[in-house]
Order: sequence, then structure tokens, then C-alpha cells
Amino acid sequence: MARDSLRDKVSIVGVGCCKFGENWDQSPSDMIVDAAYEAYADAGIEKPQEQIDAVFCGSLYSQKGPHETSDALKLWKPVTEVSNYCATGTDAFRCGVMSVACGLYDTVLVVGYDKPKDRGVSGPSVMLTQVRDLPQTPAGWFSICAARYFEKFGASRDDLAKIAIKNHHNGTLAPNSFLKREITLEDYKKARIISWPFGLYDSAAQTDGAAAAIITRTDLAKSFRDDPVLVKGVTVFAGPNPQKDPDFDFLAWKPTIEAAKVVYEMAGVGPGDVDVAQVHDCFSLTELLTYEDLGFCEKGSAKDHIASGRFEVGGELPVNTDGGLKTFGHPTGATGVRMIYENTLQLQGRADKRQAKDPEIALSHNIGGHPTACGIAILGRS
Amino acid sequence: MAGIVSYGAYIPPTRLAFATITGRPAKGAQRAEGERSRTASPKGAQRAEGERSQPEKSVAWNDEDAVTMAATAAANCLRGFDRAQVDGVIFACTTYPFEEKQGAALVARALDLPRAVRTADLAGSLRAGTSALVAAVDAVTAGSARRVLVVASDCRMGAPGSGLEMNFGDGAVAFLVANDDAIANLDSSFAVSNEIVDVWRRKGDTFTHTWEDRFVVQEGYAPGIVEGVRGLLERTASEIGAFDRVALYAPEPRSHAGAVRALRVEADRVQDPLFGRMGNTGCSFALLQLAHALETAKAGDRMLVASYGDGAEALALSTTERIDKLEARRGVSWHLGRRRGVRSYDAYLNARNLQTTEYAPPSDQGLSATIHFRERDEDLSLVGHKCNACGAVQFPKQRVCETCFSKDDFTRHRLSDKVGRVLTYTFDYFFPTPDPPVVVTICEIDGARVHLQCVDVVPEDVKLDMPVEFQLRRIHLSGGRPNYYWKATPVPEA
Repeated sequence: MARDSLRDKVSIVGVGCCKFGENWDQSPSDMIVDAAYEAYADAGIEKPQEQIDAVFCGSLYSQKGPHETSDALKLWKPVTEVSNYCATGTDAFRCGVMSVACGLYDTVLVVGYDKPKDRGVSGPSVMLTQVRDLPQTPAGWFSICAARYFEKFGASRDDLAKIAIKNHHNGTLAPNSFLKREITLEDYKKARIISWPFGLYDSAAQTDGAAAAIITRTDLAKSFRDDPVLVKGVTVFAGPNPQKDPDFDFLAWKPTIEAAKVVYEMAGVGPGDVDVAQVHDCFSLTELLTYEDLGFCEKGSAKDHIASGRFEVGGELPVNTDGGLKTFGHPTGATGVRMIYENTLQLQGRADKRQAKDPEIALSHNIGGHPTACGIAILGRS
Repeated sequence: MAGIVSYGAYIPPTRLAFATITGRPAKGAQRAEGERSRTASPKGAQRAEGERSQPEKSVAWNDEDAVTMAATAAANCLRGFDRAQVDGVIFACTTYPFEEKQGAALVARALDLPRAVRTADLAGSLRAGTSALVAAVDAVTAGSARRVLVVASDCRMGAPGSGLEMNFGDGAVAFLVANDDAIANLDSSFAVSNEIVDVWRRKGDTFTHTWEDRFVVQEGYAPGIVEGVRGLLERTASEIGAFDRVALYAPEPRSHAGAVRALRVEADRVQDPLFGRMGNTGCSFALLQLAHALETAKAGDRMLVASYGDGAEALALSTTERIDKLEARRGVSWHLGRRRGVRSYDAYLNARNLQTTEYAPPSDQGLSATIHFRERDEDLSLVGHKCNACGAVQFPKQRVCETCFSKDDFTRHRLSDKVGRVLTYTFDYFFPTPDPPVVVTICEIDGARVHLQCVDVVPEDVKLDMPVEFQLRRIHLSGGRPNYYWKATPVPEA
């Protein structure tokens, strides 16, 4: 399998992202229009009905399917909606990239969106389809590694706190983030527990939001703007359910490890080449495990790298420069595309106060489901 | 001769102190009862049995009801016995959650009994428990069944603040009845029927009603229980003094004392009715006292058990030499030794769905009946399967083996009666419960991994690799009906 066959064939020429948050006065369509029209402007597209060939959108909670997007934007085109847990946004992007790389379309709009805050609950709702669906909540799913990991590697909530404090700080640097509030270690420790070891500040803020990207054939990219960003590799991976996988060791998430192997080979880079990353921090421990699962550091050593400040803005490998899911917000379908938005700005040197130093390779990562699904995209400066 | 081959009980470890109900501090400590032999050791209790400091009652917690208690009592009864041999189940209960839909079939399914099992419910009267035991003995004696499981369980509620609330307790008891190897034979029984409106619940009532107390005792219970017992004495040509143990149903302690006086039972032969420790457990009450008596009985002891409700029924039993050979049972003493106090009266009201809520409970269809049907093995029996090609045990059942990828080549494998271990855990404060957090675990059972809540444990006591066993519990009330599934609970220390 020629995994590099996709590399550099497709480029990002425009990105957009609405303000994430509890957008009480905005419908999904309102947010889709905000994100898409910002991306049009970014790409210099003035006649989207003529210049966009197809649309790939991603949403986990969509009530209306692909029509939500086509109707909002009045794009009567081939429109596909993708759903892949928290990797939904990255998968919509991947489908768009594949459609351009294979020559089917020239220019494609990718939109990720979700509107969880119309449901009247804070946090995810508990959906029942089977008797055994309980006792499950996302905090419960993602916490299953804590007891074993803490025992084996001597990590604790103190290490998780540093991730929460970092992401709260980074959120203050991003104009469109939901939460713009620094927190202290004392705030962290005083917060109520959601599902041990996760307290309020370990848990992502579920918000409304939409993000968009415009991709095109690399040979056409400069007709849109001078600094297009190259798609080096993108993949998704479906792993076994860690709640019943007989081989699971509760120390690393298999979907991330497997997706990383594939995507690094596609992109022709290794973890040491990554200059800036947006990783899935639905819960603080997810970010900690992801440092190791993506190969940024050895298994078990994340706490030392966290303590050294390596992953802070200004550090050697800034992670979640815009505050991540924790403070930028987590509208599930939008998140992967929001990360591509942030990495595109980073590679173009447009990330202002949260700018990583001269990055050439940027990685974005989602993991979701039980978790079973992972999506990773690697972008490069052209 | 047909008789009792085995027994087991279930009394919820959750205890509501009378002082917590009244909001007044307890007056002095209760008399402690010395418990002896033939009971599995009650270690692992948060407080030893003798250390009880105040009167209390057993309460089924928010995930328990008459069905879950019955399933656990029955599993305790069948420990060490072959489930495949059971060909009858009689479920006695006045608080079964359905008007139409059988409880015995549900209990049989929870126990993973063979399909060729005769099941029946006995309901409507507090005498249902003893009636079920007599019916089982009759069936076995007549040869229409070989091994019949009798389960009596009740979870009655008195209105908050009422005297009934304080006297009622929750509990279940199970007996295996067969023709050979009996530890106690049913020598004789006598029953009277009586129509009286003294204690009742109408269709749909949450709480038990009674007429004026003095009428209920003077015209109902007192003459009724005496008539039943005297009838038995006459039939067996015995004096009350011929019985080593006398176990009497009674609605509350004063009536019990009155019946003991009227029947002239000597004090050392009165089976402790456990008021202030367990309470009146409805149709299982007299039989729980019988189980308690069997725990310390010697071969050749004679026992008299009497129940009351729309008449009365009295049973004469005698123990055999087999009683010394029966392995330690999880009976009444074992359960009394495991207790956990209810934190507040509000927590109790919450656990019993008696709190006022902002919204009425949803009255939807609930979970799809077809999903319930397809997943009955997993949900109700905790049955997974074992791959015939590679031997890996899996839960829930798969079409393609998780380990060797062979297709549709599996054998059923029951997990509910196994001991598992906790692979990992979390404490979930998000999941609704009267006392957060919910302990959530992934357990390994025979190599299969199962995501389960863990109950009757506090977070501080949860440890990696901790051994656990499994109980049927009510997981939620989707559709306004009980939905049952299994939960883990720490294996009590030996």
C-alpha cells in the first residue's frame, strides 16, 4: 500500500472558525455560515456556488443531516455528512482530501459543526439504547486508564493539573475561544470531581461551534493565496473497544498508536519533526497519554516533559496553542476542523500571541468513542 | 420424604436507623444476639453484628427491588448445587413490579435455569411465602417436579413518617425443595382462610394501608395466628413445647409478644423476629426466621413456622442429620453481619423514589422490547460465550471472535456465578444516584472484560485486582419499568 500517494497533492487555501461557546442566539446554520464565509474570504472565494465543487461536513448531533449545511450555504452540490465520534471533523476533512487527491473534484469545502447546547444539559446527555449502556459517561470511559497508569508510572492529579492550567492559559490567547480565564493549582484542587480522577478542570467544555476549511489541488493552490498549507497525511483508525478488549493494558490508547503509525508514514515524517500540535484533550489524561501515544515522549515519561514546560506556548513543542477542547470548546463535529484551522494559522505565522516558533510541520489529533476512533492530520508549510 | 435441601437469604446491607427516620438520637444500645456456627463468616462487615448501637431496619437501596433480592437469595441457596437439576420455581411476592408478566420466569432467567422449568408466582397475601413452600413440597411429593426452588421476597413501603414505615424491612429467602437429601422435612401444615379488611394495598398503591391498629390486632392478627398454630398442634397431636424453635410472623413487636404469650411459647424457643434489626419483610418474614433457625439447628430439632395474611398458615418441620453436612450458607446471620447505615432520611427518600421532583418521570415506551429480547442472555443472565476455536471467553456475545476471528463458533458461558477481578475503576459523580459517587469498574471474568458498576463498596476500599462477585440489580427505570442488569460487589473476606 503506497501510503505516501496522498502526500502534498492537496492544499488548504482558506480556513474559518466561528466563536465557540454557548451560542444561545445562533442556530447550526448561523454558525456554519460564519465559519464558511470566513474561509471563503480567507481563500479569496467570491462566488462559492461556482468555485466549490463539493462539500464534506461532519456532525455528531446533527438533526438534519447534510441538508443543514447545503441549505445554510445554498450550495446545491454533492454534499456528504460524516460521523465518526470525536474524530468526525478530521474524518470529514479526510474524505474531502481523498476526493480532491483522486481527481474527482478541484475545490472542496469541509465544514465541521455541532450544536449540543440546545439540549438543556451541561455535559453530554446519557443516551440509552441498551440496558447495558449504563453506567457509561464519557468521563467514565476516558478515566479507565487512570488507576493503572498512575500506579505504574507514579503520575497523579498534580500532573493533570499542569495540563489544565496550560490549556486555560492558552485559551486566553485565542480570540474565538469559549473560556478565557486563567486557573491556579488551588482552583484545580478545589473543583468538584466529575469522574475520578477528572474534576471540572480536567474536562473539556462542551460548546456549540463550527469550523471550515477550503482545500484544492496543490497545483491550483497559489491561484487562491500565496501561502497555501500542504496536506502531508491524514487518516482515521478504528480500534477495539477498550472496555472489552482482552489485550488492553490501560496504559495507552491503541487507536492513537495505530493511526500514528499510518499517518507518519503517509507524511514521511516522524514525531520528532512535529513543531506544533493540537491534540484531543477531552480530559486532561487524554492529552497526557496522547503525548506518549503519538511518540512525543517515551511511555511513562509524560509527567517529566509536562514539568519541563516542553508543551507550553514558547516550549519546544507547543500543544493545544488555542486552549484545546478544554477552553476553546468542544462542539464534537467541529473540533477536528477547528484544529486544522489553528494549525493552518500556525504554519502561516498568523497565530499572533500563541504563535509557535517558525513551525514547518503541524499535527492534529482526535480520539473518541469508547474510545475506539482516532483521526490524525499532518500539515506542512509549502 | 420431601423437604428442604438447601436455603439462602438476602437482606440488603443498607440499614435505616429509626433515629434517622425520626430525626431524634437513639436511646441506648440494643441487645446483641450471639450468632453461632453454620453461617459463613460475616467478616468484611463495616461493623460487627454485636456492635449495633441503635434500632434499625433493612432497606432495599435505589437499585434493588423484590426481584433483585429474590435473585440473590436464590443464587445463595443454589451455591454448591447444580442449577441444571432445578425443574420448578415458585416466586412468592406481594411487591412484584408488574401486574402482568411473571416474576418466577424472570428469576429463572437471572439464575440461567434450563428452559424446561415450571414457573409460577404466588402473590396477593403475606401468606404467599409459606404457601409457596407447602406447594413445592406437595409438587415434589406428588412427583410432578423433582427439585423446586421457592423464593419469597418483599419490599413493602409504609408512608413516610408512619408506624408501618418503621416496622417494615426488606429481604428475601430461598429454599430448594426435593425428595432426597433434605436437611429439614415438612412434617405437617395447617391453614385457615379468613376474609378481613385489615391490611391491604389497592392496585397501583405505593404504600400499605391498615385499618385502626387495635382492630387489626384484636380481630385480625392475634386470633388469626393463634387459630393457625392451634390447628397445626391439633393436627400433629403436639404441644407447643414439643417445638424447639417457634418462628412467628407478626406485623410489629408488640403483636409478636402477644402471640408468644397467647401460645405459651417458652422464651428460649422463640425465634427472634429481628424487629429493630431487619423488620417485617412481608411474605418472606416467617421464612427468613425459619432460615435463621436452620443456621443453628441440630439434627432432630422440631420447628414451627406460622404466617398470617387473609387467614393463617402453620408449618411443622423437623431437621435431619443432613443438616450438619450442608456447607456454610449465606443466610440471615451472614447478612445481618454486613451493614451500612443510611446517611440521611433524604437519601432514603431519594433511593426509594419518594422525593418530589421537578418533572414527572418520563412515561415513554422505554427501551425497545426487541433489544431486551435479543440481549436477554447478557442483561438478565450475565451469560457470554466461549470461542470453540481459541477458548477466549467474551461478553457480550459476538459473531466474530475478538481474539482469533473465527465466525459463529461459540458455546454459552455463564459469568454470573464466577468470581472476577477489578482491572480498573473510576468514581463517577455524574451518574445520578442517591449517594454519589458511583463506583464504575472494568472487571475480568474468566478472561472476558465487562464494564460494570460496583456496589456495596466505598471508594476508599476499591483496589486494583480486587476480587468481585455479581448480583442482579435494577439499572434504571426507562419506560417506567424496572430494567435489570448485573453489578459487581466485593467478594466478602472468608
